Amino acid sequence: MLRGAAVRAALLRAVRGAPGRAGLGRAVPRAEEEEEEEEERQRGGRVPLYPGHIPTTPLQKALLAAGSACAALWDPYRHDMVAVLGETTGCLALPKLRDRMRNDPEGYRILQERPRIRLSTLDMARLGGLPDGTLGREYIRFLEDNKVSPDTRMPAKFVDDEELAYVIQRYREVHDLMHTLLGMPTNMLGEVVVKWFEAVQTGLPMCVLGAAFGPVRLNARKLQVLATELLPWAVRSGRNASCVLNVYYEQRWEQSVESLREEIGIFPPPAVCV
Amino acid sequence: MAAGLCPGRALLSRRGGALWALLGTARGRAAGPETHFGFQNVSEAERREKIYQVFENVAEKYDVMNDSMSLGIHRVWKDILVHKMNPSPGTLLVDVAGGTGDIAFRFLNYVRSVRERQLQQKLRHHQNLSWQEISKSYQEEKSNPLGDSQVVVCDINKEMLKAGKKRAQHLGYSEVVAVHAEKKHECFTIADANRSGLSWVLGNAEELPFDDDKFDVYTIAFGIRNVTRIDLALQEAYRVLKPGGRFLCLEFSHVSNPLLSRLYDLYSFQVIPVLGEVIAGDWKSYQYLVESIRRFPPQEELKAMIEDAGFLKVDYQNLNSGIVAIHSGFKL
Repeated sequence: MLRGAAVRAALLRAVRGAPGRAGLGRAVPRAEEEEEEEEERQRGGRVPLYPGHIPTTPLQKALLAAGSACAALWDPYRHDMVAVLGETTGCLALPKLRDRMRNDPEGYRILQERPRIRLSTLDMARLGGLPDGTLGREYIRFLEDNKVSPDTRMPAKFVDDEELAYVIQRYREVHDLMHTLLGMPTNMLGEVVVKWFEAVQTGLPMCVLGAAFGPVRLNARKLQVLATELLPWAVRSGRNASCVLNVYYEQRWEQSVESLREEIGIFPPPAVCV
Repeated sequence: MAAGLCPGRALLSRRGGALWALLGTARGRAAGPETHFGFQNVSEAERREKIYQVFENVAEKYDVMNDSMSLGIHRVWKDILVHKMNPSPGTLLVDVAGGTGDIAFRFLNYVRSVRERQLQQKLRHHQNLSWQEISKSYQEEKSNPLGDSQVVVCDINKEMLKAGKKRAQHLGYSEVVAVHAEKKHECFTIADANRSGLSWVLGNAEELPFDDDKFDVYTIAFGIRNVTRIDLALQEAYRVLKPGGRFLCLEFSHVSNPLLSRLYDLYSFQVIPVLGEVIAGDWKSYQYLVESIRRFPPQEELKAMIEDAGFLKVDYQNLNSGIVAIHSGFKL
């Protein structure tokens, strides 16, 4: 150990070119301080703010945004890449969304109480037992028909603010409810329609990109249906509706889907086969 | 500069075992002496567990990630290692932490081509051969293309070995597929190993499941960094090598050139975890990777450790100005 230490000290002096430094005793603590600064800098200079948080530097965020955009385009089933894209590009849109939530009484309550939509928090049996046409029943039907689960949402990792991390998490968990309210399945066409609606509603760049590039993978017939019927309806509804994140869905399971649509301002979906 | 500074701390926290036990009385030794996992300080048991999980997660995408992180240059590094080894047919190689088989496959290719050249030279020198003798030499070539060379791939992680076996089949190195289709457990007998030249063994570098004085060459490529007790691994390497055997270690090392070091750090810490997230969906494993590189002892220190284990004529060769180094030693 001694031989190694002496060699190390000599190399440290050589690298830093400080011949005046006396002995190993001083070199080591200084090395530790500098090294911790080095680690801090390389970790984005921040500590994790919430469980699962990975602090990132602006350069890392830019690279992540570019990389995740390419990966999501390449393989649309990479939900984690879509999520990462949303987090890294949402720095302007998320605060605006959060402020809209704060300024609304129901939205404010959501921000305070932080409800989560997960299998562990939902009473699936009770919701399944509600009458047809209610939000709860239709939501369960949607999950069963499309074989999806609310637990497959990625937790937020790259958002550098704890409240904004919750906002994006809420947006993700509410996505399935959007499908239910809009009556869209989880195939490519249905997803594109929901993305258009969300893009208008939230202004998140990820939604805008998804909306713009999603149609690339659709065939001509579907594109026609999209362009003539579904898109105009989705955009109009998005513009007309109040902020969908300001609805406390967990307290409205018994409400009928139609009345909820009317309350939010979503127009009835067109009668097309999606 | 991280390149020069990390070992200072590494020196204090890396050395496990008795030495640390002496120094670490103040720290609560919950599960073994303290060591490091990337830039975190953990106990030895925790470190082993964490590293096992890292490689369990990355096993599937290991080769894709290597290509994208090093822009394919890792292939050149591994080629250089095998060329430096310059194995002749009949060599017995153990590739520790050999996981997905990169070194093993290169070794097999190399001895195969050396053997072919040997047989061709033999033919050329004997101009007055009878047809019987010529056809016998063709038989020899066909029945023993590797010249009795063998490589044992040893890794601690089941997932990595699984990925390696799959790759071997895919690339056509494993000739036992058809014969052992009915076998439930893949146990390679000595006879099978001889035919394909390749065996896969689950084992810990700190405690190898082999007898003393068994192998001609011991390699460990990009694996020794993940071993918790490097000194034990080196001692085991010394033990299983035959007298005259060679130890070769290919590992990330320290860059002394300041400009290159800065660029390398920038690339390592900014780009590599991003690549990990985008390609493999795993930021943390690749953050661990780049941190573990910074924590690893530099060239001279590793050379001293290898000498401590008993190897002689220890030397190292820097590749790409020290991004990677090949350390070599002999058991004499």
